Amino acid sequence: MKRTVFLCGAILSAGLFAGNAMAQTELSMWYHGAGNKVERSIIVGIINDFNASQSDYTVKLEEFPQAAYNDSVTAAALSKKLPDILDMDGPNMPNWAWSGYLQPLDIPESKLANFLPGAIGKWKGKLYSVGLWDAALAMFARKSVLEENGIRIPTLDKPWTKDEFDGILAKLKATGKYDYPLDLGMNDKGEWYPYAFSPFLESFGGDLVDRSTYLTAEGALNGDNAIAWGNWWQSLFQNKYAPGTSESPSDQQTGFLDGKFALQWNGNWNAVKAMDKFGDDMLFLPAPDFGHGPKIGAASWQFGVTSESKHPEGAAKFIEFAIQDKYLAQFSDAIGLIPATSTAAALTKNYAPGGPLASFFDLSKAQATLRPVTPGYTFISPTFIKVAADIADGADVTDTLDTAVDSINADIEKNDGYGFKN
Amino acid sequence: MSKRTRTTSLERHDLTGWLMAGPMIFLIFMFLVLPFVLGFVFSFTNQRLVSPNPTQFVGMSNFEQLLGAGILVRQPETDANGVLKRDANGDLEYQSIRSYTRNNPDYPQYEGMKEFAGFDWGDAKISFVVRDLVFVKALLNTLAFVIVVAPVQGGLALLLALLINQKLKGMNLFRTIYFMPVVMSIVVVALLWRFIYAGDHGLLNSILGFLSLGAFKPVDWLGNAHTALWSILGMSVWQGVGFHMVIWLSGLQTIPVSLYEAAEIEGATNWQKFRFVTWPGLRNTAVLVLIVITMQAFALFAQVDVMTKGGPLDSTQSIVFQAVQRGYVKQDIASGSAISVILFVLVLSISLVQRYLTRERT
Repeated sequence: MKRTVFLCGAILSAGLFAGNAMAQTELSMWYHGAGNKVERSIIVGIINDFNASQSDYTVKLEEFPQAAYNDSVTAAALSKKLPDILDMDGPNMPNWAWSGYLQPLDIPESKLANFLPGAIGKWKGKLYSVGLWDAALAMFARKSVLEENGIRIPTLDKPWTKDEFDGILAKLKATGKYDYPLDLGMNDKGEWYPYAFSPFLESFGGDLVDRSTYLTAEGALNGDNAIAWGNWWQSLFQNKYAPGTSESPSDQQTGFLDGKFALQWNGNWNAVKAMDKFGDDMLFLPAPDFGHGPKIGAASWQFGVTSESKHPEGAAKFIEFAIQDKYLAQFSDAIGLIPATSTAAALTKNYAPGGPLASFFDLSKAQATLRPVTPGYTFISPTFIKVAADIADGADVTDTLDTAVDSINADIEKNDGYGFKN
Repeated sequence: MSKRTRTTSLERHDLTGWLMAGPMIFLIFMFLVLPFVLGFVFSFTNQRLVSPNPTQFVGMSNFEQLLGAGILVRQPETDANGVLKRDANGDLEYQSIRSYTRNNPDYPQYEGMKEFAGFDWGDAKISFVVRDLVFVKALLNTLAFVIVVAPVQGGLALLLALLINQKLKGMNLFRTIYFMPVVMSIVVVALLWRFIYAGDHGLLNSILGFLSLGAFKPVDWLGNAHTALWSILGMSVWQGVGFHMVIWLSGLQTIPVSLYEAAEIEGATNWQKFRFVTWPGLRNTAVLVLIVITMQAFALFAQVDVMTKGGPLDSTQSIVFQAVQRGYVKQDIASGSAISVILFVLVLSISLVQRYLTRERT
């Protein structure tokens, strides 16, 4: 009995002490980059700076490995245990907003005026998420290889056209010096496909879904332009211009560096490696223009506030604090991402005007195209992966696109229009 | 009398018994019974993984979506005079299947269907059309996989077990070697085999090229629709054979040595010993091995997920891969559940048939 009393006392006093320490409101925050020391040190730095800068809130960080992150968020949402602040991959945002995980983010427009379009997450006219960085794709190439073969070096204003690009691939193939003239990274059958390849489809004039209504994919994904894309896409593999879906993963990592491929469609996150290897010979070229303007994918990880947060104003304050140029620049310098503003870019080693990767910043600004901003994207994405893989493997183009359209439309119907029906 | 006392004594401890079994019953209920029941219920709804929309019962529509099929007969086209139209080569002309199955109000029963197989019947073209071509392919692939894996893996395992059951030096080493792949994670094994099967400079192609003195042309094992499923099958057999070998081995060791000695005295050959002593003694083991392999083969997933993701051209789609793909990746839990229910019915009926065929005849 005596012991019980003592125990109660202990619990009570522990509670009291804890209460004292928690005069500030605690905001919990989830981040996807567990295991990455560099990212962690910057995030923790931002959080410490924020906690020290004011006395109302303290942010507490919890990290998850990227592979398990989305699952953790879904599970937490189902059991109503979401944190105050979340980070999320850009194209998932509309789904999470629609599903009620998120609430609109209260940050004044003026703060975001200078941001790259890919770093801002808006759905149905409301801001839900902001990113500290974006990523961009470019055609990796070597100046010496292009000059040797008399190939024009394209610019943002004058990118390669479709015919020009096909001619280049044929020419490079004919040299016989490379296993394949172009590498697209076809072994990576995941979000890489829609991120890297759907902009080609859009440049042809097709799209994953009709963005004027978001209620059907008919005409967008199986119209004449989309079929033209499919035929061109298939020709890349039939002509052996690019390795197909059974490409070995190691080739995607090192094939370009080893000289197996003359060109590689790759992201800025691999740019430093390529630059170390080839130095001044390395070129990062804009996407070809297939008729409707050159395009590359946009949107990377972004921060938002969950619907369960009881202190959205505090959470928004933190995000507003985190999107200062100096932090954007820190992230960029540490992990090579493109800072979300031009003023931050000027502070970085790589992306400052004239810097070695400055072309990526310009690419992101000029060509970045968001993946369809709809909750249905979670369905569209795996459907497109299958389309691009099947066509590459030699499936009938029209049939494949029709099947994809049917299943996307059926999914939209099943979900009552994903909130677009009104 | 004494028997009666025993019973009451046990009855008195009823509560204790339940308490001891409690945690396990709870876990089994939570992680086996409940998901099973939920899966069954979800397959008749439009349940999503996440969605603000309310769940509704939709009857059999998920199953109709998966298993819907029909036969489409196309007659050759005629011109205004009723004469058969012919193209430049003199072949008869037909309307495309697409013109029947897409936005054609005259044939609503074929809407969205795809041709699975077809043949000519006189002048007419007859096509089997199915609503969900990918699922049908997954179903057939899985069945083909099971039909081949069960005898091959079981037979190979028995062979290894017989080899290893001899009293020779160093047998433990072989046992360990054969069992090793079983202990490794299937994901790791599948990743490694991706390199073995690699198209141009893979290990398998190199070895075959070396052995045939360069006559063998490299095959893109996983990138070719004709070889992909069989490549996965070969790897699966290699990975799982050690496990079943151990089961066979335990069966072999329950057969009394005296039977072999008696056979020896009778002057039986090795084959006769196997046929009349070993094989009858392995009867129950054989039933177990067969059923376990069948069930494992139906659950084909990790290899596909790591090695091919169902490609190329759906040649390696499997039932479970499709269930995960739809239920989880595409967030359509209802459809994923319906696939699971179909799989359940399939495995149950095959197991029942197997049990019937291998029953003890008296």
